[in-house]
Amino acid sequence: MTADADAATPALEIHDLTVSYHRKPVLWGIDVAVAPGQLVGIIGPNGAGKSTLIKSCMGLLPVSGGWVKVFGKSLRDDPRRVGYVPQRESVDWDFPVSVLDVVLMGRYGRLGLGRRPGKADREAARACLDKVQLLPFANRQISNLSGGQQQRVFLARALAQEADLYFMDEPFAGVDAATEAAIIAVLRELRSAGKTILVVHHDLPTARQYFDRLLLLNMNVVAFGPTEEVFTAELLQKTYGGRLTLLSEVAQALGAGANAGGGERA
Amino acid sequence: MNREPASEVERVVPNAFERRDPTCTQRVGDNALHLFRYARPALCFLGLLAFTAAPLHAANVNDLAAGDDGFWAQAARFASLTDPSVRYALAGALLLGLSCGLLGGFIVVRKMALVGDALSHAVLPGVAAGFLWAGTKDPLAIFVGATIAGLLGTATVSAITATTRLKEDTALGLVLTSYFALGICLLTMIQRLPNGNQSGIGTFLFGQAAALGADDIQLMAIVTTAAVGVIIAGYKELLVTSFDPGFARASGLPVGLIHHTLMFLLAAAVVIALQAVGVVLVSAMLITPAAAAYLLTDRLHRLLLLAAAFGVMSGVVGAFGSFVGHGLPTGPLMVLAASAVFAGAFLFGPRHGVAARWWRQRCQRARTRRENALKAMFHLWEEDNFGPEGVALADFAQRRRCTLEEIGVIVRELARHDFVTLDREMVYFTPAGRLRAGEIVRNHRLWELYLTESANIAPDHVHDDAERIEHVLGEATVRALERRLNYAKLDPHGKIIPSPRELHRGEHDALERPAAGGREGDRS
Repeated sequence: MTADADAATPALEIHDLTVSYHRKPVLWGIDVAVAPGQLVGIIGPNGAGKSTLIKSCMGLLPVSGGWVKVFGKSLRDDPRRVGYVPQRESVDWDFPVSVLDVVLMGRYGRLGLGRRPGKADREAARACLDKVQLLPFANRQISNLSGGQQQRVFLARALAQEADLYFMDEPFAGVDAATEAAIIAVLRELRSAGKTILVVHHDLPTARQYFDRLLLLNMNVVAFGPTEEVFTAELLQKTYGGRLTLLSEVAQALGAGANAGGGERA
Repeated sequence: MNREPASEVERVVPNAFERRDPTCTQRVGDNALHLFRYARPALCFLGLLAFTAAPLHAANVNDLAAGDDGFWAQAARFASLTDPSVRYALAGALLLGLSCGLLGGFIVVRKMALVGDALSHAVLPGVAAGFLWAGTKDPLAIFVGATIAGLLGTATVSAITATTRLKEDTALGLVLTSYFALGICLLTMIQRLPNGNQSGIGTFLFGQAAALGADDIQLMAIVTTAAVGVIIAGYKELLVTSFDPGFARASGLPVGLIHHTLMFLLAAAVVIALQAVGVVLVSAMLITPAAAAYLLTDRLHRLLLLAAAFGVMSGVVGAFGSFVGHGLPTGPLMVLAASAVFAGAFLFGPRHGVAARWWRQRCQRARTRRENALKAMFHLWEEDNFGPEGVALADFAQRRRCTLEEIGVIVRELARHDFVTLDREMVYFTPAGRLRAGEIVRNHRLWELYLTESANIAPDHVHDDAERIEHVLGEATVRALERRLNYAKLDPHGKIIPSPRELHRGEHDALERPAAGGREGDRS
């Protein structure tokens, strides 16, 4: 219902976003507007800034310039509209929690500080686990799962967030065929429910099958559009072939200047 | 003895030995002689000491003998809680065990154990500053000073890692030592002050639960209540920020605020534990109970409860030991008690404990031994063309390449598991034994066939692998292998793959016919 009301405003609007690590720019002047209800693949070579893009959209990384709006608002105003599937390697899987505990974490953002998940939250978490076919493992400790199952736990946790815009960081990395099929089924189901999904992806052949739109990224946006238009040899060559060395150098010099200026002002 | 002076010479005269200077070897000899000359009086002195120490030692033993009586009297005094200092010490130990155990649980799962250590050392200058400020050992002034110093220490660590290329371990080491050194200097200065000697501020280094007063207990109760309250109210926030801080931030949770609250509680818990445990060892009360709990459970709430229980236990044991031990420092005793709990969990934990693992391995080895014996028996029976089901003990021993006595041990073990029966010199399969032996041989041959057919490994390379795998193949894997190999009857060496189900029903015919065929094939 909110998705209908928001039909006019983009689900995600990124304007002139610049992000640097230690003065080295990773993203440079990103301008993207994603309409609601789309399944978008973000592809590009290693170090192109794919993870950095989605992390900075969610405010997990400091940005050096530009802004990001989710359904027309700053994310800080309503973080509940965004769901997140981080990279599987980002957590310690020996952590003493059960599968259901992890999925319940998806409800924490809605609950607010100090309130505990109740029966309804538990039921919702179980339903999400069921969607990724992991309900039988709900009470297992998370290290007892295979890599693909762990990835599906993260997906179930994101489903439990009941968000409208999802960011997923390499959900298909190193998973088995069954998990890949389960994940893509869930993604399509989300899309038909009107959700917007941005997926960082590394595999070109499947990228073509899976996504409505592709965002070709290499420090800046090489192309963004419907898959059949963007998935061309020329644009892919532009994305993957050869580093944009000149831009990188100029940007670095500019970034250093901007940072130094910022330092003086502070 | 010769090595030492030799290296000394090498250091003084580089390449001394290459030049083969005769005076050097002379000097080496001289040095050795000198050492011996000094060693003799030193030995005499030691002997004299031992002689004079003997009566001293005896006095100690007498003391102990007298104190033995005293031990029970002291223990009774401790248990009766009539002495107010006992009550304070016990309450203090309970409170600090509880708060340190609970907070330690989070420290351990967040991999911040070293932060706890650095924090505990960094509070020392604050203790001294609090004392100087108040002029006496005022618990509140010391608490405020120490907490500020601790938080300043962690802020220094953050500042160093954020602005330089140094990593956290180095920053922690730097802060830990420099703050601690400053604290020691300040404490020494305080002890030289006119009112410093009675201050008892020295107990902050190694801890003395008996030094706790009513004010201290009040403060400990406040901090512990706050810690318990925050953990109960903010359990889910602490859980998610510990497990996946990035996700927590993306969900809109105030990750920074939660982290700083935890650090503040940690600093406060360290400070209240200082007097009882001492600066040097207080981090052990954070880490050890929680580490022991982590070995025993894989749910955070259980880990926290166990860690709190272990913390309280160690605290009470330490306080008791210090009381009956005539002023033994409390801190080391508490830490020893906690370490004993950890050692117990490490050695005897039901799942991950060393003893449990050893036991599982031992059982597995015993099973492998039994199964290998059953397999050998099956081979003998197979060579006898599945005739009468008995195997002569002597043939069995010959096959296993061991003596009659050794085979007797194995056969008796098999008999204990109802796999065989022994009738004088003959061993007979029971139905269960026949089934198990058939399964093992089938697993072995199936696996060999699988390796040669599906993995393209030469038939003479597959035996050793099959020897290992035959004992661990599950029923589901066996079924899958059978399907994949189209229910093959013969292994790569032309031997039949027995079907245990048919064996169980006693349908040996099914085995005999292809076996005979196999042999004919071999002959041709």
